[in-house]
Amino acid sequence: MYPADLKYTLNHEYIKPLGDGTAIMGITSYAQEALGDVVFVELPEIGGSFDAGDEIGTVESVKTVSEYFMPTNGDVAEINSELEAHPEYVNEDPYGKGWFVKIKLNGDINSDLMDATAYENHVASESH
Amino acid sequence: MAQLKTTPLNTIHRSLGAKMVDFGGWDMPVQYPSGIISEHNTVRQKVGLFDVSHMGEIRVKGKQALAFLDWLTPNSVTKLNINQIHYSGLLTEKGTFVDDFLLHKISDEDFLLVVNASNIEKDFDWIKKHAQQWDVEIINESDTTGQVALQGPRSLDVLQTLVDIDLSQIKYYWFAFGNFKGMPTMIARTGYTGEDGFEVYCPSEKTEWVWNEIMESGKSHELIPTGLGCRNTLRLEAKMALYGHEINDEITALEADMGWIVKLQKGDFLGREALQKQKDDGVTRILVGFKMAEKRDIARDHMPVVEDGKQIGFVTSGAPSATLGFNLGLALVPTRLKEVGTMINIEIRGRACPAEVIPTPFYKRVK
Repeated sequence: MYPADLKYTLNHEYIKPLGDGTAIMGITSYAQEALGDVVFVELPEIGGSFDAGDEIGTVESVKTVSEYFMPTNGDVAEINSELEAHPEYVNEDPYGKGWFVKIKLNGDINSDLMDATAYENHVASESH
Repeated sequence: MAQLKTTPLNTIHRSLGAKMVDFGGWDMPVQYPSGIISEHNTVRQKVGLFDVSHMGEIRVKGKQALAFLDWLTPNSVTKLNINQIHYSGLLTEKGTFVDDFLLHKISDEDFLLVVNASNIEKDFDWIKKHAQQWDVEIINESDTTGQVALQGPRSLDVLQTLVDIDLSQIKYYWFAFGNFKGMPTMIARTGYTGEDGFEVYCPSEKTEWVWNEIMESGKSHELIPTGLGCRNTLRLEAKMALYGHEINDEITALEADMGWIVKLQKGDFLGREALQKQKDDGVTRILVGFKMAEKRDIARDHMPVVEDGKQIGFVTSGAPSATLGFNLGLALVPTRLKEVGTMINIEIRGRACPAEVIPTPFYKRVK
């Protein structure tokens, strides 16, 4: 149910390594569903350097607001500026058009991240 | 955790894929798969169906029903016609809210109060406690009454084919008795969305059938089920108060900007003395509507209103407005800030964010 080529955080971010020292991050389908209709995504500044676990922005939905965090050490290489006009992409296509940040990796990808199966178990344990 | 209460439509919500939440102790649908924004827009443009069976129905009957309610509540019950409805409050001696409700006059000796779900027991006890010296009977009919709210410009077309009364003859905030496919019912032209619509009352055990009949009739009108999430954003745009937010037992009717339900001239009523004094002295804080200056800033319930680093008020409700395209909210602020055009600051995650006081209701339907 969760894409196998992604890695996941406990806080429901995903990261998709692109194989060239960069990776795409965003929030999972579980996270977007829990938030409901997304109306605004606050994105970090390009060039910013962060450690895994640093808060880098917020996602506002009609009902609520939630912070999101850097899944691994790295720099902000690109941001998805399409989200300003189309925040609904986060709901419609969280792993595609709804991506948040392209990260230039600093070292290896955080080894604490979960694979799809582990993440699915994590989601199951949180929703009961 | 205590077991959540359920309405007769719980199984239907789940089968429709609703996201269920604990709403004041009730297991209620916050949204269906189409989502809050889509449901919100559908009610504004077409028509949506809400389960409001959790709402409470308290009946006040007896020879002194009219006089008792006129003393118990601030609005003018003597001015209410048979089959007419008004908005009012159950107020404490301080003029603050025990609850708000809609009062339906069936006759001089028979009234129906529709109250908030989370306050049913408290309201019933409150009314009973104050009724001791009066020749009235107080009956809690909440458990045996189901209720659905059909809201949106196409409501009349959807409902008309199912009932034997001419709905176009029911004015806004009036009601009528009739038959819904043979079942005796009460239909009120009321709602909590700022849109035209009807609230249909029925025996609990008929609620599922009523829901299904309306959904069926609504197919050709693009009717969809709508949840509490959009009910909140719709009512906020229309500046309708939500208990626990704009009103509670610490906020008076005048502070909540509800002078229009406080009829100080009508004679004695519970809370009158305090409200008269507050009016004479002038209220020190008042509810205002605001618009966030920046699209990225969304005020949320309970956020502080700040001035020079100090808290001077708080947001009672805040949300992005799907109809208007900006972020709006209501806040209790010092009275000196109430004029339209005044800039205020709302603290969002440690940052003072500018907002402008704007006229309310934010949204008013074109009649």
